Amino acid sequence: MKKYSSFVLAGGLFVLAWGLMSQTGKPAQGGLAAQIKRGKQVYLEQCLACHQVDGLGVQGMNPPLVKTKFVLGDKPTLVKIVLNGMQGVDVGGDDYHGVMAPHPDLTDEQIADVLTYVRNSFGNKATAVTAAQVKAIRATNTPPAQ
Amino acid sequence: MQHIINQSKEMFRRSLYCAAGLCLSGLITFGQAGGGKGAKHPAATVHAASQLKLPAGFKARTLVENFGRTRHLAVAPNGVIFVKLNRPKDGKGIYRLEDTNGDGKPDKITGFGNYGGTGIYISDGYLYASSDEEVFRYKLDNDYNVVNPDQPEKIVTGLLNRGEHESKSIVLDHNGNLYVNVGAYSNSCQFKDRQKGSPGQMPCPILDSAGGIWMFTANKENQTYGDGVHYATGLRNIVGLDWNTQTNSLFVMMHGRDQLHDLFPDIWDTKQSAELPAECMYELHQGSNCGWPYTFYDQMQHRLVLAPEYGGDGKKGPDKEYQEPIVAFPGHLAPDGLLFYTGSEFPAKYKNGAFVAFHGSWNRAPEPQAGYFVVFVPFKNGKPSGKWEVFADNFSGGAEKTASGRVDYRPCGLAQGPDGALYVTDDSKGTIWKISYHK
Repeated sequence: MKKYSSFVLAGGLFVLAWGLMSQTGKPAQGGLAAQIKRGKQVYLEQCLACHQVDGLGVQGMNPPLVKTKFVLGDKPTLVKIVLNGMQGVDVGGDDYHGVMAPHPDLTDEQIADVLTYVRNSFGNKATAVTAAQVKAIRATNTPPAQ
Repeated sequence: MQHIINQSKEMFRRSLYCAAGLCLSGLITFGQAGGGKGAKHPAATVHAASQLKLPAGFKARTLVENFGRTRHLAVAPNGVIFVKLNRPKDGKGIYRLEDTNGDGKPDKITGFGNYGGTGIYISDGYLYASSDEEVFRYKLDNDYNVVNPDQPEKIVTGLLNRGEHESKSIVLDHNGNLYVNVGAYSNSCQFKDRQKGSPGQMPCPILDSAGGIWMFTANKENQTYGDGVHYATGLRNIVGLDWNTQTNSLFVMMHGRDQLHDLFPDIWDTKQSAELPAECMYELHQGSNCGWPYTFYDQMQHRLVLAPEYGGDGKKGPDKEYQEPIVAFPGHLAPDGLLFYTGSEFPAKYKNGAFVAFHGSWNRAPEPQAGYFVVFVPFKNGKPSGKWEVFADNFSGGAEKTASGRVDYRPCGLAQGPDGALYVTDDSKGTIWKISYHK
């Protein structure tokens, strides 16, 4: 019985997720190229100081955004890094100590745009992030303690 | 001091202009997808010894390469080198390098100490070394062998390490005192570190146990904050420090705050933010307060200004009086090594002057990065006596690499050998150079 109910639960979640995706999977306004262009502007203002022009970060401080599981992996994790900030991370065997401040003040569109830009720059190639996806992730996010 | 700053600033501006063209071409290609290989370090077919640019008569020799994250180093009176690694290599965080066959290169290399860290210093028959939380010491024999490498005395314990400005630099005076830096785990003591709009905490609670220098007794075990003297405060982060035997006082190089433009774009543009605040040299005495986080030194205005997190607008002065720097360098160059030169091998002008190793910037983006050099500040009677000059340059591998920050080497530690040679480490590839002078 227990096994059966978890099946039902998983099935339900799948349907929910599917519905969410089909609802939110629509391309961003103006298409991918326009989204990347907008995202670059957000990157220049919000990210470049630490992650640098080439996205390679700073040794020992600010991690690279190039071909890492954080950038190319699952979107909720990535979106939550932007929302909640981060400190102390191991990327490819190197540790990074820099403090990344949370950016909850960015709009869903800005976060979607900048992450789509990062996922399609510096040698990265990955699917776009949509504003609706960010909105859904933000809704379930627990912000860091004050 | 003002003329020193002015001259330095001008000199520095000129070198920036040279790099600016290269940076511009870098920005044009910025944003194009593809091409990036994710390389953490630039391709390395560089020649460590011939790459450095030095004044006439000086020559650099590479002692080790690809040795790990070599931070500070100490050279014994018999020429034996001890180097501290930021992260242990083969389980060892300290290496002893000895040249037994007299060819000038270390051939007997032994490691000990299972912890990473930065600080290392030789004093009175002991080797002192720090992790990011503790300071240990090891008895040395007459040949500067470590007597008991696996059983050091733990001199200091329980120092704060919160992952930001965590390295503990150490130096001793000649009266049995050990000085340790505890860096502030914050940029400017905001309620939320580095978050736009978050105000500065007043008073800054970090300063009770970090953001300063603590003095301990060099031969007493298991000391912590309560056993030491809170020697100096208002120091954001110190990596380079040295005891000046002429003035009999402690000199330090402070890493100034980051992100003036990011956090306060209405007050500072990216160009100003790349230059400000100054990276400062201080002469400390017991009770010194250098003002972090409440103030920073603006080398354009030649004065301290109130930090913006505490109501500053770039013009207002600090809320109260704080100690001023004795030398102010351009912003974000990251001074990681300081050494007062007491040798006789170098020409007379170097005697008692200060060498500073600048690790190089990251917080100048999108403006060109800078630093990655060792500079010299002449001193007379314990005071700076002229403008600073670049002594050893081109650690980066060229102007383009400097501007992008994707450099070959990053200078960190400095030490003086018994013959008067200057030793320099690089902590990105693990290089140690010996710089000598020949007439």
